[in-house]
Amino acid sequence: MDHDNRDRNAGSGGSPPGKIPGDTWADGLPKGRRWSGIAWSLLFLLVPVLGSAVFIVAPYYDHWLPKDVSVHGKSIDGLFYFILVLTGVVFLATELILFWFMWKYDAAASSKPATYIHGSHTLEVVWTIIPAATMLFLAIYQMNTWADVKMRRPRMAPSVEVVARQFEWRLRYPGRDETLGTEDDLFVVNDLHVPIDEDFLVQLKSMDVLHSFFLPNLRVKQDAVPGMKQPVWFKATETGTYDIVCAEVCGWGHYKMKGRVTVESRADFDRWLARIEAEQKATQRGPEEIPVAAAD
Amino acid sequence: MSTVTQPHAPPKETAHHDHVATRGSTSLSTFLSTYVFSKDHKVIGLQFLFSTLVWFLIGGLLALAVRWQVAWPWSDVPVLGKLFAQHGGQMAPEFYTMLFTMHASVMIFLVIIPILAGAFGNFLIPLMIGADDMAFPTLNMLSYWFMWPAFFFFGASFFVEGGAAAGGWTSYPPLSTSTVSAPGSGMGQTLWLLGLTMVGVSSMLGSVNYMTTIILMRAPGMTMFRLPMTIWAMFITAILQAFALPVLTAAGFMQLTDRLIGTGFFSPEGNIINNAMSGAGGGQPLLWQHLFWFYSHPAVYIMILPAMGMVSDILTTFARKPLFGYRPMVYSIAGIAGLGFIVWGHHMFISGMNPALGVTFMVATMMIALPSAVKTFNWLGTIWGGRIHYTTAMLFAISFVSMFIIGGLSGIFMAATPVDIFIHDTYFIVAHFHYVLFAGTAMGVWSGIYFWFPKMFGRTMNEFWGKVHFFLTFIFLNGTFFTMHILGAVGFPRRLADAYHYETFHHLQPLNAFMTWCAMGMVATQIIFAINFFWSMFRGPIAGRNPWNANTLEWTAPSPPGHGNFDFQPVVYRGPYEYSVPGCEKDHLMQTDPPHPAEAAAAAAAHA
Ligand code: HEM
Ligand SMILES: [Cu+2]
Ligand SMILES: [Cu+2]
Repeated sequence: MDHDNRDRNAGSGGSPPGKIPGDTWADGLPKGRRWSGIAWSLLFLLVPVLGSAVFIVAPYYDHWLPKDVSVHGKSIDGLFYFILVLTGVVFLATELILFWFMWKYDAAASSKPATYIHGSHTLEVVWTIIPAATMLFLAIYQMNTWADVKMRRPRMAPSVEVVARQFEWRLRYPGRDETLGTEDDLFVVNDLHVPIDEDFLVQLKSMDVLHSFFLPNLRVKQDAVPGMKQPVWFKATETGTYDIVCAEVCGWGHYKMKGRVTVESRADFDRWLARIEAEQKATQRGPEEIPVAAAD
Repeated sequence: MSTVTQPHAPPKETAHHDHVATRGSTSLSTFLSTYVFSKDHKVIGLQFLFSTLVWFLIGGLLALAVRWQVAWPWSDVPVLGKLFAQHGGQMAPEFYTMLFTMHASVMIFLVIIPILAGAFGNFLIPLMIGADDMAFPTLNMLSYWFMWPAFFFFGASFFVEGGAAAGGWTSYPPLSTSTVSAPGSGMGQTLWLLGLTMVGVSSMLGSVNYMTTIILMRAPGMTMFRLPMTIWAMFITAILQAFALPVLTAAGFMQLTDRLIGTGFFSPEGNIINNAMSGAGGGQPLLWQHLFWFYSHPAVYIMILPAMGMVSDILTTFARKPLFGYRPMVYSIAGIAGLGFIVWGHHMFISGMNPALGVTFMVATMMIALPSAVKTFNWLGTIWGGRIHYTTAMLFAISFVSMFIIGGLSGIFMAATPVDIFIHDTYFIVAHFHYVLFAGTAMGVWSGIYFWFPKMFGRTMNEFWGKVHFFLTFIFLNGTFFTMHILGAVGFPRRLADAYHYETFHHLQPLNAFMTWCAMGMVATQIIFAINFFWSMFRGPIAGRNPWNANTLEWTAPSPPGHGNFDFQPVVYRGPYEYSVPGCEKDHLMQTDPPHPAEAAAAAAAHA
């Protein structure tokens, strides 16, 4: 090996930085100190340890999935937990192996040369087939939930039309005739009411730009696209008032495009509708005053 | 060939004196052609490196401003608050939307893409394949200079009326196409589109060059399956760019004409924005998303494959061990590239795209996790049984593997369409792409800088401060980004100037404050890197040709290599990873070392 490292055009060789004299192996690289190899592997051990700790602790501090109050939310959450366990196992296994290899194969810890091996056919086949089968299973396993939430639309007329615009949610209930677009439609802003334990079908539209109709507690999210009508359906299971969030950036006021969804009994819901109807009649508010999306 | 020009040679260099003399007379034009309008791939590579590092700093500062608002919304911004004091020292929501848009745009288009292909691709490709330069040096020079209009457009957009673009880096219409939809949708958005187009031109010029160079200019004996992984990755990245970019460029032009002459490709009929009719109509907002992601999904691989290649080379060097599964590694890159073209719809699961189509994209996306898994297992296989040297470059490379595991696994949650309904557009996504792009690619880039610095400047970086830099970055990055998974699990939406007025999210402020503190620490840590970088450029210990005793061709050239790279014609006898061959007196056989008797015996034994 060429030790004259000032000669920049010397042949192969030269000195690595921080070289410890006399402490070289045949590879010509400084052997390093054992404690530093240990320290670095322990640093990487923190990844699986703290990583799983964060996921274990967070739910206790309410930093976790918000309470689910929908029927389909159960299967979405179930899938979330299933994937969490699956990926958690892979995460722990791979990160621990990485830690163990770092600890064990530190150059400072061994006087043996590295193993001369270019790979293993068997291993490649194993670690291709197993993940492939797992992923394929996962793909098929989830399809039913997806179909329930986004494809098997209940056969019914829309329970409400939601029209998003910068920066509010305009709601239109069909009124007594149960048909949207008629005289007796009821108009509300940002205040969605939903009867409990009933299929509820939203017809989602946008007047201006993209928005996204996000109900965290009902595990609902659907972009509202101008020029398109999106059906969104769910069945709420618990009374209460929850957030409506806009989840697609829609301009400067995106953050304040907030609504509330109230899940209530059928009786309360009907009473609320009647009150809205009365208020609307009293103030003579009608479709002319509240513009809705022009494309109907 | 020993009197070749060595642009970055330190003054002590003897072979250099006569050049200093000749340079004296024609100083300005020589200076310009050597350092500015250079056609030398190494100088161009370094030009890319310096420019992108400057933008990295700008992007980082933008990120801190974003984090400030997320952690302490509406509170006065320290120091900088005075500069954009619309509301005293506090940030206006439109300013916040602009910040996250420009943070992502700068990081993606002006940092990650050009630093990988532009800086490392340029510097390494000819050196690692044994060529004296790129196939088309002028094209190569242009690929750098086309970045400048992009720098200008992006930079200038901050100062135009309404500010820079504010529609997100994805620039979804109609928000982005309608000039009245938001403050940043005016001139800022037009400049954004022009900048994007220029980055595209630059990438395209580079990509043509890389493909041609790798196919035609390999040294004698350098077969395709003797190429180092870095080169394979660059090659496939170039192919990805060549196929995906035209779509983005076309889409960008369509958006530009929508904005400027009202073509209405992306605006639906009868759209009313801000109480004004907008555009001619007859278009479809989802069309943009399809075109955009047709490019931008492959682009996420453009943003990581080169780093994967570099990390593979660095892991083998410091584990003193052949790469585990060279061919599976090559095939999995190719698999990622191929599948990468049919998964773009996973960004659109809830966009209003036909849900049945979503199922197809979901299956393809599940499958693309497979080559990523294969690569991870092979990296683990590479360090198994090695003799690991914990250099700074190696620590960054190992952390790439460790962090990529996290980013890959979180991808599976999002690939599962029903789960994606809940986590789409939440911080879960933000966590995912920061694990692959920051904790992955950026860590890979640092690994590459520490590793190839000796070749770039003839000197090595300080190892002690390199490790301090690594340690702090590693801690702070996990503090910043790991917790984002938790925010995502609560459903905390991305891109909200203030989410705490929602009942669901009001308790998340302390966690966000913690993350912002970590982010500040992470940015501050880079001061250590900057000082180490510049100090070592001029003062670092002089490196020999091959300070790490690595095998690939660039380590046979002088450090830094002169014009024309090699002072002899490299001839390649073997693959790049012949470390620790039993019976061989040194533990590494360089690709150019003549055939060694121990080799044949070892190969026979290894395959038995
Ligand atoms: C293991 C393989 C991967 C899978 C299965 C995967 C899956 C996904 C999915 C489904 C999304 C869309 C999520 C949503 O918006 O709801 C996504 C977003 C994203 N992924 Fe990945 N991903 C993988 C690897 C990568 C890699 C390697 C990169 C980059 C180097 C990357 C970068 C991104 C980015 C930047 C986004 C977000 C774009 C945005 O909305 O702003 N992903 N990924
Ligand atoms: Cu919004
Ligand atoms: Cu993608």
